[in-house]
Amino acid sequence: MQEDKPVTISVKDLDLWYGATRALNKINLDIESRSITALIGPSGCGKSTFLRTLNRMNDLIDGVRIEGSVRYDGRDIYAPETDVIDLRKQVGMVFQKPNPFPMSVYDNIAYGPRVHGIQDRSVLDEIVERSLVQAALLEEVKDRLHKSALGLSGGQQQRLCIARVLAVEPDVVLMDEPTSALDPISTAKIETLLEDLKKRYTIIIVTHNMQQAGRVSDKAAFFLTGDLVEYSTTKDLFFNPKDERTENYISGRFG
Amino acid sequence: MVKRRLFERGVEKVLFACAFLSVAAVLFITVFLFQRGIPLFRKVSVLEFLFSTRWEPTAENPGYGILSFILGSLWVTLLSLVIAVPVGLSAGIYLAELSDKRSSTAIRSAVELLAGIPSVVYGLFGIAVITTISRTVFGGSGYNVASAALVLSIMTLPTIINITEVSLRALPRELKEGSLALGATHWQTIVKVLLPAARSGILAGVILGMGRAIGETMAVLMVGGNAPIPPEGLSGMVRTLTMNIITDMSYAVGDHLTSLFTTGIVLFLFILILNLIVQLALKSSISGIEGDTGA
Repeated sequence: MQEDKPVTISVKDLDLWYGATRALNKINLDIESRSITALIGPSGCGKSTFLRTLNRMNDLIDGVRIEGSVRYDGRDIYAPETDVIDLRKQVGMVFQKPNPFPMSVYDNIAYGPRVHGIQDRSVLDEIVERSLVQAALLEEVKDRLHKSALGLSGGQQQRLCIARVLAVEPDVVLMDEPTSALDPISTAKIETLLEDLKKRYTIIIVTHNMQQAGRVSDKAAFFLTGDLVEYSTTKDLFFNPKDERTENYISGRFG
Repeated sequence: MVKRRLFERGVEKVLFACAFLSVAAVLFITVFLFQRGIPLFRKVSVLEFLFSTRWEPTAENPGYGILSFILGSLWVTLLSLVIAVPVGLSAGIYLAELSDKRSSTAIRSAVELLAGIPSVVYGLFGIAVITTISRTVFGGSGYNVASAALVLSIMTLPTIINITEVSLRALPRELKEGSLALGATHWQTIVKVLLPAARSGILAGVILGMGRAIGETMAVLMVGGNAPIPPEGLSGMVRTLTMNIITDMSYAVGDHLTSLFTTGIVLFLFILILNLIVQLALKSSISGIEGDTGA
């Protein structure tokens, strides 16, 4: 038996519309801190949309309407007094496609701290080094810190993006299919990294890859056409699904 | 079967001929310009032509120095960019990043209209409005460097606005999201990530605008004053390379006429160099996006 961990993010009755299309229906979900939660389900089921509600990235899309509440650290992130900048500092995000900025490796990682006001070179040096160590990338890039990040391999770029998020010292890291554009070796590196990161961060990962969800996550949520069908420990969800739809999806995947 | 293949080949040939026509036109113009302009250098040295300000083509001992006009072209062009670049960049950023759909449609059609106004109309506007302002500010006639530059800056705005907007919109959405997700503000994202990422395209737009300014004739002719002397500051009268050609063309004969073609060569080379810069800039922008950094 696992002991109950404190809840970091609490989602209540969350609805989301794209214009007239409803993309999420009454989602209720508590995310435990210092753990990895996997969001799984077929394409278009709403899992990425859901992930993007947690740091308000959906704000950028025209015509999105949200009802219900998402509480992070006890506060409703959709309340008018919420500072989105602060929220996104706390709740970082890694995207599906590695998206390093067209600047040096160093400047990529220092970007976040700099926009948050850190100018001191020695402090930045320290942050860059620490973030690269945490993202298991330092050894590979230490001789090319000041060369363009676009010259790194895809897997390295994605770990750089993880380092970039860690540099602003978030509490939660959202990952939207972070390995779907990567080869198996890079994927394995990132999965190993996740194990390490969950000691310090709360991680929520969207994945298409069921084996990946099984390998890395503590809890898993199965989404289908905008509904949260089932949410439990990953073990239970995979080996003892309560809902028939979950069972069909999982068994279909494993053939 | 054979018929169809013949047809295909025929189409290919016709299309190739049309494409080749533009190449031929460039070659033809170049050859013609050089053939008519180069003979001047039998009478006048290249150095004297380029670096003397003595333009007295009809004098007993004629002088063919176009330095005043080269300086005039550079003055009004650079000055127009000083005005048009900040305004154009800002407008392009606004259109690409900040405006809502309705206002951007309205602004964009206004900008397109601005690009389509004939230059003689810009000249009329310049005479009616800009020279008046210039007269009030600087005294004198109002037909001067400042007026010419201001008219040119309005004319180059559409190019700079359009290319800035297009370059920003062409950036992958992930760049912007990546920056915002780190807690950067929209403005920080624009200044620190989007503009640097789009800089080659924007530079190309600026240089294209510069090409338009250097080549512009009618509008500057109407407001520049057209005195064949080196420009003396903002309030000095100015004659550009283009103005020199058009002013003297109506009556020039002999070497004087030849010297106008030679002026054309200089103008042609200016534009050629600018185009090369644009192409280099665009090339580096493409390789920048694809990640070839030569590391």
